Amino acid sequence: MGYQLSFTQIWHNFDKLWYGLILSIELALVAIAIGALIGLTLAILYVSSGRIVRAMISGYVEFIRNVPLLLLVYLVFYGLPTVVDIRYGAQVSFVATLSIYSGAYLVEVFRSGLDAVPRGLLDAGKAMGLTPWQRLLYVRLPTMARITLPSLSNTFISLFKDTSIASVIAVPELTFGAQWINNRTFRIVEVYAVTTVMYLAAGYLILFGLRLLERRFRVDR
Amino acid sequence: MSAPPLLQIARLTKSFGMIQVLKSVDLDVAAGEVVTVIGPSGSGKTTLLRCVNFLEAYDGGSIKIDGREVGYVDSAGGKKRSEVDLASMRAETGMVFQSFNLFPHLTAEENVMLGPRRVLKKPLNEAREIARHWLDRVGLAHKAKSLPSELSGGQQQRVGIARAVALGPKILLLDEITSALDPELVNEVLDVVRQLAADGMTMMIVTHEIGFARDASDRIVFMTDGTISAQGSPDALMAQVSDNERLRNFLSRFSATTH
Repeated sequence: MGYQLSFTQIWHNFDKLWYGLILSIELALVAIAIGALIGLTLAILYVSSGRIVRAMISGYVEFIRNVPLLLLVYLVFYGLPTVVDIRYGAQVSFVATLSIYSGAYLVEVFRSGLDAVPRGLLDAGKAMGLTPWQRLLYVRLPTMARITLPSLSNTFISLFKDTSIASVIAVPELTFGAQWINNRTFRIVEVYAVTTVMYLAAGYLILFGLRLLERRFRVDR
Repeated sequence: MSAPPLLQIARLTKSFGMIQVLKSVDLDVAAGEVVTVIGPSGSGKTTLLRCVNFLEAYDGGSIKIDGREVGYVDSAGGKKRSEVDLASMRAETGMVFQSFNLFPHLTAEENVMLGPRRVLKKPLNEAREIARHWLDRVGLAHKAKSLPSELSGGQQQRVGIARAVALGPKILLLDEITSALDPELVNEVLDVVRQLAADGMTMMIVTHEIGFARDASDRIVFMTDGTISAQGSPDALMAQVSDNERLRNFLSRFSATTH
C-alpha cells in the first residue's frame, strides 16, 4: 500500500474542472430550456389532437426513450453530417442531441401533468365562459405546473448528470476536464473524487432551488 | 300576455351510451324565479343542469336562454356552436359546483376576478372592484388574499358563488352546492343563496336539502328516471304527495333522517 493521496496536481489544473462545471451547467440549462419548449408544445398538441398526431408524438417519445443517449450523441455528431450536408461543432451537436432527448422525457412529464388537472377545474373555466385558449392559459397550464414540479426536478437533475456524456465528443465539460487531468497526472482517485464532489454539490444546489420553487407553488398545503 | 320565460327547455333528451338519462324534459324558468330540482340519485337532475350551460351536449329537444338556442346553431343534433360562441353563451349563465372547483393557484379575489377580467374584458381595477364587492356580499372581504387551500369548505363555496355571480349572469345554476360540506357549514352557504333569491336572481338549484327547497324556492321540480314526475309551488307539491307514490317514498326518506 504505497499509494499516497496527492491533490497538488489537481489544484494546479483546477481551472479545467471549474470551467468544465460551468460549461456542464450551461449545456444543461440550454438543453433543458429547448427540451421544455419541445416537451410543452408536443404535450399540448398531444392532449388536443387526434389519433395520427398522437401516434407521431408517441413514436418520437418511444424512439428516444429506447435508444441510449450515448448512441444518439454519436449519431448526431458523426452520423448525421456524413449523410446530409450540415456542419456543426461538438457543443452545438451535443446541445441539439440533449434537447431532443430531454424533450421526449418532458413530453411525458407535461402530458401526465395536463391529464392530472381535475376535470372540475376545466368545467369551472368552461362554465364562466373562458375560451379554449383562455382555459389552457389561465387554468390548465398553471395547475399543471404545480402538479409536475416534483417530477420536473428529478428530470432536470438527471439531465444535468447526462451532460457528462458530452466528453465522448471532446466537449470540454466537467467529465472531460477530469479525463484531461487524469491523462496527464495519473491521479485517478484524486481527480474523480474531486469531480464527484463537484457534481454532487451542483446537483444539490439545483435541487435546492427547485424545492424552493415547489414549496412556493404547491397546490395543497 | 306575460314576457316569455328566460329559460325554455323543451322535449330535452340526453343519453350516455345506451342509457337514456333525460327522456323528454319540459321546463320553463321565468326571470326572477327560483326553481329547485329534487329527486333520487340517477334521476338526471345534475345532467339537466349541465345541459343548460352545455357542459353536457344534449341529443334532442331544445334549450333556449332569452330565445337563443344554447349549444347548437339551429336545433339539437345539428351544427354545434363554435367554441368562442359557446364561451360567450356560457358567460350568460353562472354555475356553482358540488366540489367548489376553485382554481387552486389563485387567491379568492383572483378567482372572482378572472371572469370579469378575461371574459367581460374589464380593466384590472374594475375587475378587482367587482371581485371585492361580491366577496363582501358573501361575507369574505377579509379572505380576499387567501388561497382556496387556506379556506374552509363553506368559505370556498361562498367564493364559488361570488365567482359565478361576478359575471352578472342571467341565470345561476347551483349543482348540489352543499353536498360536500360538513353539516355545520351548510347554512352559511344557503344563507348567501337566500340573499341572492331575495335580490331577484334567477336560479335553478339541484339540491338534497329538502327543507331549503321548501322555504327558498318559488317552484319545486321532482325528477325520477329522466322525467319530471311532479312540480309546483312548495305547497302545491306537498299537496300531491298522497297521489304520487314515488314522491312520497322520496320525501319519507328525508323526514326519517332529518327533523
